[in-house]
Amino acid sequence: MSTTTTDLQDEIDTLEGSHDDHHHGPEKGLMRWVKTTNHKDIGTLYIWFAFSMLLIGGAMAMVIRAELFMPGIQLVDPQFFNQMTTLHGLIMVFGAIMPAFVGLANWQIPLMIGAKDMALPRMNNWSFWILPFAGMMLISTLFMEGGGPAFGWTFYAPLSTTFAPDSTDFFIFAVHMLGFSSIMGAINVIATIMNMRAPDMKYMDMPLFVWTWLITAFLLIAAMPVLAGAVTMMLTDRNFGTSFFDAAGGGDPVMFQHIFWFFGHPEVYIMILPAFGVVSQIIPTFARKPLFGYSSMVYATASIALLSFVVWAHHMFLTGMPIAGQLYFMYATIMISVPTGVKVFNWVTTMWRGSMTFETPMLWAVAFVILFTIGGFSGLMLGIAPADIQYHDTYFVVAHFHYVLVTGALFSIIAAVFYWLPKWCGNMYNEKLAKIHFWWAVISVNVLFFPQHFLGLAGMPRRIPDYSLQFADFNMISSIGGFAFGASFILLTYIIVDCIRNGKPVKEDRVWDSAKGLEWTVATPAPYHTFDNPPSKKVILEESSHIGEH
Amino acid sequence: MPSKSSVSDFSYLNQLSTIVTSYIRKIKNLSNFYLLPLFFAPQLAFAEFGMNLPEGVTSVSRNIYGLHMTIFWVCVGIAILVFGVMIYSMIFHRKSKGAVAANFHESTSVELAWTLIPLAILIAVAVPATRVLIDLENTDAADMTVKITGYQWKWQYEYIDQGVSFFSNLTEEQKKATSDKASREGMENYLLEVDNHLVLPVGKRIRFLMTSNDVIHSWWVRDLGVKQDANPGFINDAWAKIDVPGIYRGQCAELCGKDHGFMPIVVEAKSEADYQTWLGEQKEKQKALAAASGKVWSKEDLMTQGQKVYSSTCASCHGVTGGGIPGVFPAMTGSPITTGDINAHIDIVLNGKAGTAMQAFGKQLSDSDLAAVITYERNALGNSVGDLVQPSTIKAAR
Repeated sequence: MSTTTTDLQDEIDTLEGSHDDHHHGPEKGLMRWVKTTNHKDIGTLYIWFAFSMLLIGGAMAMVIRAELFMPGIQLVDPQFFNQMTTLHGLIMVFGAIMPAFVGLANWQIPLMIGAKDMALPRMNNWSFWILPFAGMMLISTLFMEGGGPAFGWTFYAPLSTTFAPDSTDFFIFAVHMLGFSSIMGAINVIATIMNMRAPDMKYMDMPLFVWTWLITAFLLIAAMPVLAGAVTMMLTDRNFGTSFFDAAGGGDPVMFQHIFWFFGHPEVYIMILPAFGVVSQIIPTFARKPLFGYSSMVYATASIALLSFVVWAHHMFLTGMPIAGQLYFMYATIMISVPTGVKVFNWVTTMWRGSMTFETPMLWAVAFVILFTIGGFSGLMLGIAPADIQYHDTYFVVAHFHYVLVTGALFSIIAAVFYWLPKWCGNMYNEKLAKIHFWWAVISVNVLFFPQHFLGLAGMPRRIPDYSLQFADFNMISSIGGFAFGASFILLTYIIVDCIRNGKPVKEDRVWDSAKGLEWTVATPAPYHTFDNPPSKKVILEESSHIGEH
Repeated sequence: MPSKSSVSDFSYLNQLSTIVTSYIRKIKNLSNFYLLPLFFAPQLAFAEFGMNLPEGVTSVSRNIYGLHMTIFWVCVGIAILVFGVMIYSMIFHRKSKGAVAANFHESTSVELAWTLIPLAILIAVAVPATRVLIDLENTDAADMTVKITGYQWKWQYEYIDQGVSFFSNLTEEQKKATSDKASREGMENYLLEVDNHLVLPVGKRIRFLMTSNDVIHSWWVRDLGVKQDANPGFINDAWAKIDVPGIYRGQCAELCGKDHGFMPIVVEAKSEADYQTWLGEQKEKQKALAAASGKVWSKEDLMTQGQKVYSSTCASCHGVTGGGIPGVFPAMTGSPITTGDINAHIDIVLNGKAGTAMQAFGKQLSDSDLAAVITYERNALGNSVGDLVQPSTIKAAR
């Protein structure tokens, strides 16, 4: 199957006259990036785009933390504060975390399954190039009359319909475009994994990162159209006189929340499953020991993905759901902690009796396991419906989802970049600086988010620009942590640019001595075209031996 | 407004007594016996620093608190186990210590164990959670009912069958303090004080009905263990039976627009006798208000009253000086409404404007307040139309 596809791609390339030589390098200049269909180029574009959005979204977080540094309204008015929280959330979710993982998928999936490229390279180009326009449109709403969206990243109707500024229609269009991009990216991942694997690679030979992305891609295809439906209904409610979410016309604002979270809950797993994959690659490498329970990891990922579609209303315990609904969603939700726990136990057991070293990627992976688990604990607490009465819409929730998304998803992305960057660019990063950066970030991020648990339990609602004096101390601590964490990204930028430009060249193909996987069998830096000939069965088996099935 | 220091001392004593009684209750509670040694230290520590949920003053809030602590300690237990193994491994199983990697990578029985044991723990937690949920969802057999309506950005309380209803706003003093550090620092309850408290009797089973006039709000008072969304066009319910007199504060918990952070809730729980006295006073007040609409007001009086109403009711959207927020809330200054036909002006204030954030203030304000604020809008904020409105005109226009 995969040979056929490869041949077909060659034929297309030949017909289009762009493929005279198998080993031509990239085009020169700007047009290389505009026209590229190379998975490595597109991966790079995705990652840099995600990084710039991370800095923009992070700057908004700095505005939020600065306003919350002390009681009173000092820097921004409440309307602008709401625009900041809204755009911070949207940009981080749709602009930073998701594109970063798609970038990692683009770089790594073909390298890890012995494929020449992604299955649909032209669509790959398009799915990337939609993103900057969608992102710019979203940010441009800030400069429109009435300001940008100010209704939270969850944009509950009717605050986002009847009561929203005119710029909301641009927000809707931007979300549609981001959705197109994600769906195309997901189709590409599925097509690539199913058709482009080296002929001798079975599904259960695939590295965990490939597995988690395959499952994530299905989640994307199922969830993103639901989001598109929700914003389209908003659009017609706003402009064409429908009343999907307006009780006065027979609609229901709570229905908006059902539709949103039917997308939104799978969405949170879209942002964490690839992180599980990354960590499952890194820990065995630095523990010098095969991943414990490979197949149970695959099944756990699949169970989490399936469960993620049937728990959405745990975000809505207070909307007036009937008791049977609340009980069902509570049971189903806390059930997710079982497969999630299995994953954590497997990682810990992989480390157990290993021969560990703590290079930067490992540090980030270990921090991921510990801090994501803390986010998992607060998630379990939030899943208990009666207790959620006191947690819902407080800073406890803010702490929870920043533990899973920042110290979870984002930390795994940083781990992945340090792990694979030497392979990508051929140079080693400055280990000493990278370790300083790690400790700086990991300490400050906990100063930033841990006190928010206390704030929430002590009664501080989320999304407020000013607060009662009893919350002053923890807010100030949290803000100080926030500024320090924000500043750590300046150092991160330096470390990465320094690595690419002046880093010490890496001679070995296998950058980390005990790393396994096909990506370590290609030259360092990875040539522009890899796996013109698929890897042999022998190589595949050797490189998947970390899986432990052979 | 009640004296601040006495209120706080009072509620502190209440908290203390409820903590003591709850210890006794917890010791009796056999289902939690295995956690007994863990109960004491953290509660004492948390109480001082405002780091944990309070137990509250209703059976529901105490049940939630118990559940919260149980699940918290379950998490702590698992965390100690998992992180302990991890940290041990990170210290002793490192290459620099000469550790040689083992090669085990699979064990069905171990996988099975760490699937089934957490499952059993979850079931053990789900059982009490179910019990608490069923209890707090049962709003039957209420002694009285209060209907709560969320507005951008205030609450309306209606005592069903009593003919008493009023709005509850953040006080003017508090609003000003958002931009005045000195006055903020002297305040006991910055951002948590309202002009009209929701007064409730202790020892009665009170049913709350929640709804909204515009966007979704959420009515939350922690000490009562009540948080429930107020959805426009729908009615939700919740209940509370308050055990201890005192003042309990809360806030809107669902993002509802610009001033979401500025619509606090204050519940004042009184003894039954005090509550009845208060209720009687309220009924008198509402009668007096109705009578006032017959009076003819001077322009000065209208303007003075109008300024008060404007700053409490209109200024959060249309701006203190009438500038509004371009693109979101229209300006008052020079607007075709405030400088045009007075009947159109009365109409929009009374009935609102469908499809926008402009509410129907006819339901919220008295005839005299409406007359005053309309007169004010036409003759202040940079406008000088010169005409005025009397309460009788408003009454006729309703």
